[in-house]
Amino acid sequence: MTKRFSVIGQPLPKIDAWGKVIGDTRYTDDLVLPRMAFGKLLRSPHAHARIRGIDTTRARAVPGVYAVITGADLPRVKFGILPVSQDEEALCTEKVRMVGDAVGAVAAVDEETADRACRLIDVDYEPLPALMSIQESLAHPEVRIHEYGDGPNVHKNVALQFGDVEAAFAAADLVREDVFFYEGNTHLPMEQHAAVAHATADGKLTLWSSTQTPHYVHRLLAKILDMPAAHIRVIAAPVGGGFGGKLDPFAHEIAACRLSQLIGRPVKIACTREEVFYIHRGRHPVLMWIKTGFTRAGDITGCHLKTWLDGGAYGSYGVASTFYTGVINPVTYKMPVYKFEGARIFTNKPPCGPKRGHGTPQPRFALEVQLDKAAEQLGLDPADMRRRILVEPFTKTANHLTVTTIGLGECIDKVVDASGWRDKASRYRAAAEVNTPKPLWQPRRRRGVGIACSSYMTGAGTAIYWNSMPHSGVVLRADRSGGVTVLCGATDIGQGSDSILAYLVAEVLGLDPKDVHVHPADTSLTPVDLGSYSSRVTLMCGQAAIQASERLRAAIFKAVAARLGVDAATLAARDRKVGVPDDWDKAVDFAQAVELGEAMHGVLAFAGSYAPPKRAGKYKGGGVGPSPCYSYSACVVELSVDEDTGEVELHDVWIAHDIGRALNPLLVEGQVEGSVYMGIGEAVMEAQVFRKNVHKAPSMLEYKSPTTLETPEIHTMLVETDDPEGPFGAKEAGQGPLLPVMPAIANAIYQAVGVRVDEIPITAEKVLKGLELKRQGKTARVGPDRVPLFTFKQPLVVESAFGAPADAIAVRPFADDPS
Amino acid sequence: MNIRISLSVNGESRELLVPVHKTLLEVLREDLDLIGTKHGCELGECGTCTVLVDGAPVLSCIALPADLQEREITTVEGMADGARLHPLQQAFAELGAAQCGYCTPGILLTAKALLADDPAPTRQRIREALAGNLCRCTGYTKILDAVELAALRVGPARGDLPDRRAPEPCGGAPTANIKVGPQ
Repeated sequence: MTKRFSVIGQPLPKIDAWGKVIGDTRYTDDLVLPRMAFGKLLRSPHAHARIRGIDTTRARAVPGVYAVITGADLPRVKFGILPVSQDEEALCTEKVRMVGDAVGAVAAVDEETADRACRLIDVDYEPLPALMSIQESLAHPEVRIHEYGDGPNVHKNVALQFGDVEAAFAAADLVREDVFFYEGNTHLPMEQHAAVAHATADGKLTLWSSTQTPHYVHRLLAKILDMPAAHIRVIAAPVGGGFGGKLDPFAHEIAACRLSQLIGRPVKIACTREEVFYIHRGRHPVLMWIKTGFTRAGDITGCHLKTWLDGGAYGSYGVASTFYTGVINPVTYKMPVYKFEGARIFTNKPPCGPKRGHGTPQPRFALEVQLDKAAEQLGLDPADMRRRILVEPFTKTANHLTVTTIGLGECIDKVVDASGWRDKASRYRAAAEVNTPKPLWQPRRRRGVGIACSSYMTGAGTAIYWNSMPHSGVVLRADRSGGVTVLCGATDIGQGSDSILAYLVAEVLGLDPKDVHVHPADTSLTPVDLGSYSSRVTLMCGQAAIQASERLRAAIFKAVAARLGVDAATLAARDRKVGVPDDWDKAVDFAQAVELGEAMHGVLAFAGSYAPPKRAGKYKGGGVGPSPCYSYSACVVELSVDEDTGEVELHDVWIAHDIGRALNPLLVEGQVEGSVYMGIGEAVMEAQVFRKNVHKAPSMLEYKSPTTLETPEIHTMLVETDDPEGPFGAKEAGQGPLLPVMPAIANAIYQAVGVRVDEIPITAEKVLKGLELKRQGKTARVGPDRVPLFTFKQPLVVESAFGAPADAIAVRPFADDPS
Repeated sequence: MNIRISLSVNGESRELLVPVHKTLLEVLREDLDLIGTKHGCELGECGTCTVLVDGAPVLSCIALPADLQEREITTVEGMADGARLHPLQQAFAELGAAQCGYCTPGILLTAKALLADDPAPTRQRIREALAGNLCRCTGYTKILDAVELAALRVGPARGDLPDRRAPEPCGGAPTANIKVGPQ
């Protein structure tokens, strides 16, 4: 049966688009309060050093300075976003662990004065050896970055095994072992982080911040400032791009709060672009070893993956990131047996964390390139090979994740057809063999197409701190005007969460989205939503909004039924009216229906709650990876490679995405296109790298990211699978489509010139090196060839759940109507 | 050292006393409350702070207001004709060309200068014109689409507008055609 909708599926503008195109949207740094002071942080120039002492005398003496603080002015408590990694201080007291660690802060009459005073804070450092790579950190256990963890400089060491991998390899016709490296990169949101704190005379505190997670910031501020959470209000202003970079509590937020408490004025701290590069929390550099067994037909018999993550100086989300490098790969292809070992190593660099795709693009790159290599060895078409081995819908994976709908087969068909894969793949492969000599002055370019697939979570199944409460909540209030107000803790970072709330409420109540007023992300007003991460917002807030809307609609229907003398079950709400569809002339206006409802029930305000189904695998670590449903993407890239320079030019990207249902196809396309773009940046140019302990490219000029000229045409196709877990069937779109881009590019480069670059980013230099190896008759491969000497812990051996039927879908906490 | 300057911004004359080293970006945002102009890199690299000076794109983060007296400065707040949106603004909102919206003012103004110069630019010409404006959200696709749509709407071939707003309906058949935003 085709579902019929009035708002869902329409390519509507976002509700906040109008403010954004006239420059009216107030991001955090646009807020100006009366008597506001301006703050600055002093950051460490050392990658690793003990702090012998800090003298603020000179800074305090600067005219116009209101206050100077150090770590001594904050409660001595360490914090971190994950309960298991409480290792940060807003202003370091004993040690700095990276260039950019904050050690002091100033509030002054203006930014310039604050900046000048900051430079007059005297810090006496005793430099310590800096460990700038996984290898260095493991080689120097005598130098300890932190005192906690799973070993010297080892933050986390995990090992999970589902079934007998050795037996699986023994049964295979082909077993491949490959080593890959994925360099770190950063989010680079256009808006630099900023915070405005206002401590008021009643002892309360309000923080406006460019954060993706006001709830976690709220919780942690109470701990960090040692004050009741009930006296703190955190408001997420519209965020100018997040991508995971604004998901931790940060030094500038905390310092602004403390300074405001001390001076009795609002305080703003706006970070510079250079500071944002050091705040980071971006993509982990990951070294990977992957061993996979294949049958002649292309089936996977088993897979063993080892990952080493360069975590940087702090825990951040790192424990989750470590698991994510291992747990999501099995939800795409049939992988009956699976073993994963991962370790996150501390280094004296800015901490890595959750960038778009969080921990999963790196192993996805490894798996998809290895599949390509295996397909070639087995004489299979890489698209057909993938198509044959897709996970069955409504089954479990080896590592106990539940897959619901999977539209990947259709996605592969769509990109194969649209790109002309079959013709091009054979044609370009044949052309790659031909060596027609060309005069030197003519560019020698060869074309290639490459394919890869991926999957991603639609929201994490567990919260960051253990609890049994909703992950997302909505309060809905109907107004006698006929308008409806939505209060929801969701944070719009540009993805359109405010708009999605308006669309869903309008759909259920038969309104125009314009009639819906959305008030997001204010811890004093809005029910908790955990934050804009793990692609959870549309599904979780969406389900909460639908539940609240249905409860409101039921109350209104009851009152209208009484007035019209009909059965409430016969009523419908559409076109701003409520009535019996067969007798629509008697339908009452929605505003009148609200009045009738209010007369019958009192104030019309209803709550909706959502928590994901409890489907975590029953083993330690089983909480990372479960999701209500998974999105799927298939991608074909066409490019050409200049054989003289190694330069890669991207021509077209075809991407098909299983979105479950496109609540607004325009917004879904936008998320897919943005993901593809970001994947392209990661694949060919972006890198967060260091030289002599400092960031090599801490500016937008030096840190290369794609402009309009490097971004090819992106052809987006949507596949709808109507997932039973999603709001009106919807899955995520904001992260998954990034994942197949990097391996598709790598595979296309191989097809074009026969060079394997098993390392991201794939720069012209690396391609050229591969071409040179090829000319010398050597193996045309560029990438890592060894892994660190490292002992993973004994794996936790769990039976593989591969192929088991999915558990019941509908059992969800808070799903039942209390009435 | 403070200097007295007179600026013409969005058709209004303003007299100001500002530190001599203050950038145009800072003066617009901090002294004239024109917060629609954003900052992205503070070094003239990302295009976010673009404004028009006599119709040409200028990076306000590296421009000094003292150099721009007697020149006409246009910010995003000056694009609409009163409450009537500029066709670029309308197209950007309709096509989802603004996601987080932070780069949007700079891109709108750069595109405005392009259309003044070339009312019917090719897609490649639009790419070239916008190559100095970074956007991290959109992958540029919807931005290019929106500039094309705006050019079509104001351009000579006004008659046959391809309706780029209506891709294939993805959900079921629509039962009502609801529009939001200023009509």
